[in-house]
Amino acid sequence: MSTEAAKPPPQANVSIESVLGVQQHNVWQRIAGAQSFWVTVALILICVVMGYLQPTSFATTDNFFNITRNFSFIGIMALGMTAVIATGGIDLSVGSIMGLTAVASGLTLEAGYPAWAAIVVGLAAGGVTGLVNGVIIAYAGISPFVTTLGMLAIARSCAVVLSGNRMLYKFGPGGPAFKALGSGALSITSTLQLSYPLLFLIVLTALLALVYKMTSWGRHVLAIGGNEHAALLTGVPVNRIKVQVYVVSGLAASFAAILAVGWEGSAINALGVTYELLAISAAVIGGANLMGGEASAYGAFIGAALIFVIRNSLLMAGVDSNWQGTFVGVFLIAAVYLGKIRGAKRE
Amino acid sequence: MPILELQSVSKHFGAIHALNEVDLTLESGEVLGLMGDNGAGKSTLVKVIAGNFPPTHGEVRIGGEPVHFHKPVEARQKGVEVVYQDLALCNNLSAAANVFLGREIKRRAGPLRWLDHKAMAKRAGELFSELKSETRPRDLVRQMSGGQRQAVAIARTRLSQARMVLMDEPTAAISVRQVAEVLDLIRRLKDSGMAIMLISHRMPDVFAVCDRVVVMRRGRKVADKAIHATSPEEVTGLITGAIHAA
Repeated sequence: MSTEAAKPPPQANVSIESVLGVQQHNVWQRIAGAQSFWVTVALILICVVMGYLQPTSFATTDNFFNITRNFSFIGIMALGMTAVIATGGIDLSVGSIMGLTAVASGLTLEAGYPAWAAIVVGLAAGGVTGLVNGVIIAYAGISPFVTTLGMLAIARSCAVVLSGNRMLYKFGPGGPAFKALGSGALSITSTLQLSYPLLFLIVLTALLALVYKMTSWGRHVLAIGGNEHAALLTGVPVNRIKVQVYVVSGLAASFAAILAVGWEGSAINALGVTYELLAISAAVIGGANLMGGEASAYGAFIGAALIFVIRNSLLMAGVDSNWQGTFVGVFLIAAVYLGKIRGAKRE
Repeated sequence: MPILELQSVSKHFGAIHALNEVDLTLESGEVLGLMGDNGAGKSTLVKVIAGNFPPTHGEVRIGGEPVHFHKPVEARQKGVEVVYQDLALCNNLSAAANVFLGREIKRRAGPLRWLDHKAMAKRAGELFSELKSETRPRDLVRQMSGGQRQAVAIARTRLSQARMVLMDEPTAAISVRQVAEVLDLIRRLKDSGMAIMLISHRMPDVFAVCDRVVVMRRGRKVADKAIHATSPEEVTGLITGAIHAA
């Protein structure tokens, strides 16, 4: 046994201070390394090609208005989903939460309460459902997949029972204000309009991006997904944050439902069936890693946009709309596969 | 007064007696080497001190005050820092983010509070240069070498007013040059009055930096000697059981 290691190490001829300030990747490399960047590029390419092929139907302000409104519902759900996925979880119940919210808000309006009451009741329905999900996952230790799959059935069946399995449309005095939230639009020019759902999506995307970048909550969410055990050891309130992300996801789904009901002008308990597929796909296509630790708000936005622009393009290209599920499914699997290749390259 | 005192501490997991009647003290400015074969009770002892679980019997005192930890955070509040063997790092976050995880520096304006990335990167950079480690605060831990990752984990213990640091196999998985750097760091921590418990399999490291060595075998403390009063040969004998006790 020797004690050679006791000697001080030879000094390297590069001073430590000179490298500490250096960032390994410059801004361009970091942008190019983000999946959401390439999705944005793909989206622009598709729009350019479609605009060239279908100048009279695709590249119109009406079509822009419709697509952007339609993807906003999914985009808002996907924003909440990114928080769940960032912790390494999944929320399969968001579609059913939409149905439950639609019924809860619809019943409140039919009972003659004002619009704000219907919004509060709707958000409460989603928030409480998310809370139940979160508590079961964090404290009972049931896997997110099983818990939210169970909740997918529970919330949908509650929605059917509560609605008496009928469509709710005889909204009382709160109806017009409630509907305006989802169906209203901001006129930019005489023809170009931005729907309220799109504006909400943009604001919420910016807000969530700030939360991820600038708050300890956002950082802790990513830390839990990166190494849950390490997060726990360093004093991150892991269980509390896990509950919170499912509440956020539930609230996002109910807000999307409130806008969707407002746009359609009626509430049905089947609102949001299979939307969990779209929300998860949007988040994953935008770069969220289902293994946890990676998610971006902009990714959810651009992922939702890509899905809906492709759906729209397929319709305009004359492809049977029944094929849309196939395309979404293929994109989801391809996005996860790409993420896997990128992950392998990085390690 | 010793920083840490263990009085007849035992830990049982059902019929398994992982720790049996262990007495131990640790003074500030002292480096204690904790050695023993796999399953000798080293990890259990560390986990009791670090607050992962309370002992079955016996008392742990820190600064003379009896403590009952149930979570690692409680131990940290009493000035006990741990560098875990797996380092407990989040690969997806930057070095600075890992150093400050759970105790981020924030700026505030009214009710709003947001992360002060600049201050954290600066402080982390200072800690890394104190450690003489070429670790860039803004790089992701995923892209770092074993030594750099070690520096991140050790820098974390330097943030608070720690009184003692438990280091679980800090030199097990890093390059020779980095081993020397980690040992140098341990000396610097010692000079600043920190009490250090070094859990290690590497005999040269223990003899290079420790003032005292404690040997565990089958859950019992079988030796507690000043480093100059023993030899690697004797410690090896104690670990394997060839020498019964010393």
